[in-house]
Amino acid sequence: MTIIKTDPNFKHEVAAEPGGEAIKYCFACGTCTAACPVRALDERYNPRKIIRMILLGLRDRVLESDFIWLCSTCYSCEERCPQGVPFAEIITAVKNIAAREGKLHPAYVTQLDLLKQFGRLYELEEFDNKKRLKMGLAELKTTCDEVAKLLDDE
Amino acid sequence: MENKYALFLGCTIPLRGRQYEKSAVEIGRLFGAELEPQQDFACCGFPIKSATREGTLLLAARNLAVAEEAGLEVLALCSSCASVLAEAAEELAEDDDLRKKVNEKLAKVKRKIEKPPRVRHFARWLYEEVGPEGIAEKVVAPLGDFRFAVHYGCHYLKPSWAFHDAEDPEAPHSLGDLLRATGADVVDYAEYKKCCGGALLGIDAELSLALAGEKLTRVKAAAPDAVVLVCPFCAVMYDDNQKKVAAQLEAELDLPVLFLPQVLGLALGLSAKDVGLKLAKNKCEKLIAAFAEAK
Ligand code: SF4
Ligand code: SF4
Repeated sequence: MTIIKTDPNFKHEVAAEPGGEAIKYCFACGTCTAACPVRALDERYNPRKIIRMILLGLRDRVLESDFIWLCSTCYSCEERCPQGVPFAEIITAVKNIAAREGKLHPAYVTQLDLLKQFGRLYELEEFDNKKRLKMGLAELKTTCDEVAKLLDDE
Repeated sequence: MENKYALFLGCTIPLRGRQYEKSAVEIGRLFGAELEPQQDFACCGFPIKSATREGTLLLAARNLAVAEEAGLEVLALCSSCASVLAEAAEELAEDDDLRKKVNEKLAKVKRKIEKPPRVRHFARWLYEEVGPEGIAEKVVAPLGDFRFAVHYGCHYLKPSWAFHDAEDPEAPHSLGDLLRATGADVVDYAEYKKCCGGALLGIDAELSLALAGEKLTRVKAAAPDAVVLVCPFCAVMYDDNQKKVAAQLEAELDLPVLFLPQVLGLALGLSAKDVGLKLAKNKCEKLIAAFAEAK
């Protein structure tokens, strides 16, 4: 028999994150899961179950899972939750905790790097500005160093 | 300066949605509003929310500070930019402690938020300030021969609290109302409120394309002349990636993709060039034949 390690403090940790507080109001009705378009296509993902796992203290299983990264942030779950639990915020809180423990999904590591470099997700080149000017659109700055300054301590 | 707005472009539009920007600016002009991109606007912060919510708030606040300095309300073309900026504006207006903390960090880049500016999606602004009647009055080229499918996407409507419940996300109608004002038909299709899957493209491409595929299959069944949308990321999914979506579905899609102000613009007398009609991977040949080639 394997013993699953639990951490009863995990729910408090999630509740302490901005947007995480309302997790305690969940009464496990499953409306979020029924509303979720990702769940409809992929069994790995289940908002109600993720909340249960957090409340049960399955910290490592949640933080090390692939499924926490699968929310498409459509907000259908929280718009329909009868208890006003903002699940999209809760899953964000979980991902933020994972990120602080060095478990950030590589896609976001790349995005952070791009933002620090260019201030945008994509590099805007002089070539793009030429196309913009030709269409009568304003030329834009190609970088913004303020973004890196703000993100450096984050 | 009442009719001048800070146009928020975000990351994608300057490169991959210029037809959206161009047609929106031209529509603004038709109704006496100047939509001006601010040179100091950068990423809205939304893309990194999964990594750092605090970082997202700082980037959003920074953009709000730029608009506040310019004394302008913000109109965003990208739905995710609109939602994240509107959320930040709400939080910063209501929570004095949060604003203070954010300002301490913004000081590093010499920015400051006092009273966050109002933030709206461009399409919301159009619906509220011009409205279907305002559009209908100025139509010079009615689109009675056309049928469109509207894709609302998620962040144009949600989270609804950030938009002061401007429209019920369970029964959205604003974009359809604006389109119908041109005389066009707006088709019904199943699951029309569902997500494009864009946020997952970099995480799990197969799942992301499957979400898009499910939706485009429904759209296709309604046989519209084009799918019309208001978010550059939905367009990345439906237009730029349509080939991949179709390959994964093992089906033909061939669905033209347009941004709302492109269609409205044509009906309002703008030229095919003014609305960037040919700037799409999946072009609407029927509109091109009626507007670009006929003239
Ligand atoms: S809809 Fe709300 S109350 Fe119901 S399971 Fe989901 S989070 Fe819990
Ligand atoms: S926000 Fe995420 S969890 Fe909620 S319904 Fe959408 S994809 Fe599912």
